Amino acid sequence: MMTKIEAIIQPGKLEALKTALIELGAQGMTIFEVRGHGRQKGHTEVYRGQEYVVDLLPKIKVELVVPDHLAEATVQAIVRTTATGKIGDGKIFLSNINDAVRIRNQERGTSAL
Amino acid sequence: MLTEQSCVVATAVRPIRTSKQSAISPLRRLYPFGLLLIPALARATDLESVDAAAKAAQSAGDNAWMLTSAALVLMMTGPGLALFYGGLVRKKNVLATMMQSFVLMAVVTVLWAVVGYSFSFGEGTSYIGGLRYLFLSGVDGVPNADYAATIPHQTFMVYQLMFAIITPALITGAFGERMKFKAMLLFMVLWSLLVYFPMAHMVWGKGGLLNAFLGGRFPCFDFAGGTVVHVTSGVSALVCALYLGKRLGYPSGMKPHSVVISFIGACLLWVGWFGFNAGSALGASSLATSAFVATHFAAATAALGWLLTEWIKVGKPSVLGGISGSVAGLVAITPASGFVKPMPAMLIGFLAGVFCYFMVTTVKKKFGYDDSLDAFGVHGAGGTLGAILTGVFATNAVNNALRDSSGNPLPLGLVDGHAGQVLNQLIATAIAWGLAIVGTLIILKICDVLLGLRVTPEHEIEGLDLALHGEEGYIMEA
Repeated sequence: MMTKIEAIIQPGKLEALKTALIELGAQGMTIFEVRGHGRQKGHTEVYRGQEYVVDLLPKIKVELVVPDHLAEATVQAIVRTTATGKIGDGKIFLSNINDAVRIRNQERGTSAL
Repeated sequence: MLTEQSCVVATAVRPIRTSKQSAISPLRRLYPFGLLLIPALARATDLESVDAAAKAAQSAGDNAWMLTSAALVLMMTGPGLALFYGGLVRKKNVLATMMQSFVLMAVVTVLWAVVGYSFSFGEGTSYIGGLRYLFLSGVDGVPNADYAATIPHQTFMVYQLMFAIITPALITGAFGERMKFKAMLLFMVLWSLLVYFPMAHMVWGKGGLLNAFLGGRFPCFDFAGGTVVHVTSGVSALVCALYLGKRLGYPSGMKPHSVVISFIGACLLWVGWFGFNAGSALGASSLATSAFVATHFAAATAALGWLLTEWIKVGKPSVLGGISGSVAGLVAITPASGFVKPMPAMLIGFLAGVFCYFMVTTVKKKFGYDDSLDAFGVHGAGGTLGAILTGVFATNAVNNALRDSSGNPLPLGLVDGHAGQVLNQLIATAIAWGLAIVGTLIILKICDVLLGLRVTPEHEIEGLDLALHGEEGYIMEA
């Protein structure tokens, strides 16, 4: 009945994604500053001739839980706002959520979102 | 004629013209006519007062520049060097690194007042000064004509103090991120006593072995401290790096935590260096201007030299490379600054930029020593290069203070046809290397036995900021 959407995106795309999600009616989101890599390998930095390979690059992870019927539209919004077509654009993971609780008044399920 | 002289008096003697009076105040217009009425007797007195007024004006000008220079040289240590070095370490060691520079501003100052100035500039043997200025006795407002005839002796003393502060601070770049604080304090006190004060005396002190202007046996040209400051500190840094061993995990994971901080520090060093080099003229003279110009031009070409080399070798010109290059050029021009013309200065700078680039990249890698912040690669190498090139490019067209018995300026360096000066420079540089190596080894051994030099591996991993000082440089949750 609810879907958790975890999207790992390029840091520079966060603002556009946030705007799109709010327009879509997302009730909230949580973001993390993370580091990682997929098929995109890192880069090399050189300080006074000393090379450092940076293989974990800074990314943003956006996490939000939406009612099932909004999941596909949300995924489309993420793809639309963050895709450049190049390696390193990121990934989206979807999973089912059993229940949710609003701590303030103990509402349950989709009404807690 | 008399009227003209009187006018000079009217402008030169300060009490007559206060800031509130305009340039055409009635008092000043009347003053020359008043003197015209005084008989010829007044003329002699008048000439004397002109002379005294001119001297007072020169003293005031020189003193203003020298106090400014002293402040500029202090600024090189804190914040200049503290920021330059602080940015190059990992963030867990930023405070400890800055503290090493800062605490020397306090420790060396006290040491200087008690014995340092006397050991450096008091008359003594060829190797070390005597005890006449102990506790700064006799160091007051009266100029010491041996060193600087137009500024208070105290100004000269405090200006030289700033050099005694920055020199040991430069060494801290070699034992970055792993030295015990108390061991560093003991090391620096002993190093000042055994290496710096004797070297300063030999090159700059009256009767020093290498003093070119005050009766040295091997006359060495070192305008602002190529051998005294940069060779001694740079070579001692290498000895420290070798003796202490590498940082845990070296060379991986040792990225500078903030090139931004280092950038600010390096630019402050560049500006402060005008006090260091142009101030070494010990007055607001045209020689000071010449040294100022040489200093600036050398820094510029050195930055370009490093950047170009890096661009060709690595593919990208880096900010850290640019600022490192400028510092290398400033180091190399230091001994030459008061003896060379602008074009040789630019050549010296460029060569230093390229040479020091290879020293901190290729040579350091080949030998594998962990000179953490390249105190040797920049100061030792650049200082040695500059000291030798001073013997090549020094010319009496810039500095004619050295004269023969009939008052004609003597040739200075190779470009003046005095090839032997290169040898003198080599001797002085070799003495600085020798003194630095032997002195530093002895001092390290003493500190090692008494206190131990390195922090524990646990403290090294935790970071010196927390382990030694109980603080953190960056508190993100605050």
